[in-house]
Amino acid sequence: MVVEELEVLFQERIDANEKIEPRDYMPDAYREHLIRQMSQHAHSEVIGMQPEGNWITRAPSLRAKKILLAKVQDEAGHGLYIYSATETLGITRDELIEKLHQGKAKYASIFNYPALTWADMGAIGWLVDGAAITNQVSLQKTSYGPYSRSMVKICKEESFHQRQGYEVIAAMAKGTPEQKEMAQDALNRFWWPSLMMFGPHDSASPRTGNAMKWKIKRESNDVLRQRFIDKTVSQAALIGLTIPDSDLKWNEERGSYDFGEIDWDEFWSVVKGGGPCNLKRLNHHKKAHKDGAWVRKAAVAYAKKYSNK
Amino acid sequence: MELLDLSRFCMRLGDSCLIMAHRQSEMCSKGPFLEEDIAQTNLGLDLLGQAEALLIYAAELEGKGRTADDLVYKRPERGFYNFMLAEQPNTDFAFAVVRQYIMTLYLSRVYETLAKVDDETLSGIAAKAVKEIAYHQRHLGMWIKRLGEGTEESHERIQTAINELWMFVGELYEEDELDLKMQEAGYAISGEAMKAYLMANISSHLTEVTLSVPKSVYMTTGSKKGIHTEYLGYILAEMQYLQRAYPDAKW
Ligand SMILES: [Fe+2]
Ligand SMILES: [Fe+2]
Ligand SMILES: [Fe+2]
Repeated sequence: MVVEELEVLFQERIDANEKIEPRDYMPDAYREHLIRQMSQHAHSEVIGMQPEGNWITRAPSLRAKKILLAKVQDEAGHGLYIYSATETLGITRDELIEKLHQGKAKYASIFNYPALTWADMGAIGWLVDGAAITNQVSLQKTSYGPYSRSMVKICKEESFHQRQGYEVIAAMAKGTPEQKEMAQDALNRFWWPSLMMFGPHDSASPRTGNAMKWKIKRESNDVLRQRFIDKTVSQAALIGLTIPDSDLKWNEERGSYDFGEIDWDEFWSVVKGGGPCNLKRLNHHKKAHKDGAWVRKAAVAYAKKYSNK
Repeated sequence: MELLDLSRFCMRLGDSCLIMAHRQSEMCSKGPFLEEDIAQTNLGLDLLGQAEALLIYAAELEGKGRTADDLVYKRPERGFYNFMLAEQPNTDFAFAVVRQYIMTLYLSRVYETLAKVDDETLSGIAAKAVKEIAYHQRHLGMWIKRLGEGTEESHERIQTAINELWMFVGELYEEDELDLKMQEAGYAISGEAMKAYLMANISSHLTEVTLSVPKSVYMTTGSKKGIHTEYLGYILAEMQYLQRAYPDAKW
């Protein structure tokens, strides 16, 4: 069969909502798109361990410490799971990490913002995991089988994370004046970056066309962002926090909230490397990888020694 | 058995678990590869659970109205009774492995003994911990082998870690008055038995992979009286900062 015919058959399968599996035919561009998106997702889970990992040793109660440590481990597990799913596309985890270190692969920009106070552990769980779930629930229906299945598994844990984060920030919002101030400040700092997690407006999103046609992406950035805002506004009100957007108001006609314009200059600046923690996050990952090289080498040498016997 | 004695006994053990959990959680996002990152912090999570259970019981037995969180967040440096070995830093992966490997051998005997005592709370905590520690022992034992036999560099690094941490091992079989009382009640094995167990296991595991136990004889002492290395102060400064900065806050 010539390539054109294969591509027609492929698109027919996509249109019939069939899942594409690793050994099935897929166009190169589909494979490349998936590798880019899935590795970016996996790297995000792993880089996302840093802002929260940075607070485990300072967690203010044994219970909070246990929950946070377990949460960050979950994220590591998500990274592992999505790396494995990505490897089914014919690329190794080492290659993916290499691309991350070279700056050729990205991760979610939200992790380039610093986690400054304990309230940020609340805001991150509530807003960042909340935004991630909105996106990942939609991705459960993605056309690539291994990616779809990994999203189903991950979403269950993410909703725990969101609830736990909300619990942290709610406790602070109801706490002492200082705690309440920290809670509001965390919301102020994380609100807009959370909205940016959904990416540029549909009109400015160059790759969305193919991704939608191939059903890798099932819903557009703007649709997902709106869904997140609509479910989050009342959660803020419930604990007496104010969303830092003076244009935010209920639109009866649309049955949705109208909201202010995102600072797209900031968005693109952080995506391109100009954010408060970009350098720190990447250097941290590189250092851990480099510091661990002798350990990995020893493990490989030991395994070889005993597999030959 | 005096309740206060049992409380102090649980506090000592709980403190060692707590401080090790702190060190293990410091390794989060810094592991040599992702699977091991998860494994190392998992050891920390188990130890944190053991610490919590032991400190809840210690606080209850003490009967002063303090909670486990009070014990963790409001005691000063001299009020902590963890072994000095537990607080030693993650200088490199080998140091973390050796610290946990030796402490794990110790804990396995402690929990085995406690799992059989006539105290439901304590035997329950210990029975659960025995299973967790058995896994830690397997995991860390594998790393002793891999690093000992892996490459020249790994061999050198792990031997360095053993040499530098060795001076903290003596505390694990040291006895004070409280230990003797606990032994009498069947809650602990003798220092002599502990020493024999540790030495036999450590030297057989190490020689198997051409590592050795140092000849040095100097051993530190004092953690049972709240004497520590300088590292503990920094651990507590970090761990307790929020509770101390906002004493009226609930989290
Ligand atoms: Fe995740
Ligand atoms: Fe995620
Ligand atoms: Fe999460």
